[in-house]
Amino acid sequence: MNRFSYHRADTVEDTIKLLSADPTARIIAGGTNLVDLMKYLVETPSTLIDVTRIDALKGITETEDGGLRIGALVSNSAVAYDERVQARFPLLASAILAGASPQLRNAATTGGNLNQRTRCYYFNDPATPCHKREPGSGCSAIVGLNRIHAILGASDQCIATHPSDMCVGLAALAAEVHVAGPGGERVIPFADYHRLPGDAPQQDNTLQQGEIVLAVVLPQGGQGYAGHYSYLKLRDRLSYAFALVSVAAALEMDGGTIASARIALGGVAHKPWRRQEAEAALSGRAAETSAFAAAADLLLEGAVGHEHNGFKIDLARRAVIRALAQAATGTPQSQTDKRIA
Amino acid sequence: MPVHAIVGTQSVPIAVILNGEARSLDVSPATTLLDLLRHDLALTGTKKGCDHGQCGACTVIIDGQRINSCLQLAVMQDGKAITTIEGLSKDETLHPLQAAFIERDAFQCGYCTPGQVCSGVALIEEGRATTREEIREHMSGNICRCGAYPNIVDAIEDVLVQRGLLVREAAE
Repeated sequence: MNRFSYHRADTVEDTIKLLSADPTARIIAGGTNLVDLMKYLVETPSTLIDVTRIDALKGITETEDGGLRIGALVSNSAVAYDERVQARFPLLASAILAGASPQLRNAATTGGNLNQRTRCYYFNDPATPCHKREPGSGCSAIVGLNRIHAILGASDQCIATHPSDMCVGLAALAAEVHVAGPGGERVIPFADYHRLPGDAPQQDNTLQQGEIVLAVVLPQGGQGYAGHYSYLKLRDRLSYAFALVSVAAALEMDGGTIASARIALGGVAHKPWRRQEAEAALSGRAAETSAFAAAADLLLEGAVGHEHNGFKIDLARRAVIRALAQAATGTPQSQTDKRIA
Repeated sequence: MPVHAIVGTQSVPIAVILNGEARSLDVSPATTLLDLLRHDLALTGTKKGCDHGQCGACTVIIDGQRINSCLQLAVMQDGKAITTIEGLSKDETLHPLQAAFIERDAFQCGYCTPGQVCSGVALIEEGRATTREEIREHMSGNICRCGAYPNIVDAIEDVLVQRGLLVREAAE
């Protein structure tokens, strides 16, 4: 680790001032990703701003319109085991419990989960070229070992994926990200928070210089999906591994007919992958395999495999169909019993 | 108060409760909790395996929660209560899970054991695992290269049974 200046911030305003004054400053809370990256010298911040004392970033509270506001400092465990989250947004609880380990979930925060970096091998290895780590240096993954990489929305500069499970659930639930910066507070729809790599893969998200995540808000509307959801995660071992492909599926059912649908994919793109056309195609359809398959095809339209990850396209298609079937029957994937029913 | 501690790169005073004892320490910001324990305080029971949050050998209990100490900065622990493997026994009496690990032969080389035990103690306190399958899932953050997993699950199951949190299924 490099030497850095350590600041303990008491308020959001202090944090914004410190962040604005120094582009190489980083916020630290749970530390599970940042400390790791500092050990690899992928991150060499001049300053760490410890925000863990800021009360405004803590706690889960009800919003005026019946949703939930999850403070940026709330740990992944605290969200997953919160009774309100489990009752009203069980897809989010399930997605979180599919990720990492109990120790990491205890430390990792909501804001940190959003802002974690890719687990692309080359990004994490400063000895190799990587446009995301060092713009202009090249992409080692495109011609390298790319089994874990993106099949959708990638660019010729970067094929990294966003590694979060939680964010896939948040995308399907159409969460909002509340942020504050030098220009005041603003709300970013979840779909617009993370971005595709394009020609600026160093930017994972749309957070601006000096901005900090305050909270994630789950809108009341997401509760309609509490009865019919599934988070299906496929990976190289049964637990404690990043997704090759994951699916957050959520349906509002009217008898045997789908009233509305939400589908988000993890492990396949630079951001949780949603496509309005795929969701719309399910509205009014009977909950049956042909409808699920049509939606999967729309969601995966334009998917491109690389040397080692072409298998992900068919894997994702089958996973979407299976997760939608699990959601339709109200039998979500267990995150303990890994057999896929 | 604007920023209550612009402390720079110099050592920072912190106060923690370490294994039940109040300690005042000066720590460099770039020191992890794991290195503080092992190098500065000679509490070498907590192990450094991968040093990247992937193996669980460094697991300690902070304010009741199991945490990978390799990914925590020591300077951020001010005001916290930390329990390491050295703090689990009372005088000469082992924690019930330590006794169960011995009874069940739940280790071979022993390197992962302090982390396994701290993680298992927290699992028992959390009270969420009520089947062997759930024990396995809730212990997934602790890797054992020797493959002592069945005996580790046995040991944790024993303590959960002792506490009435789990009813052992009849052997098949």
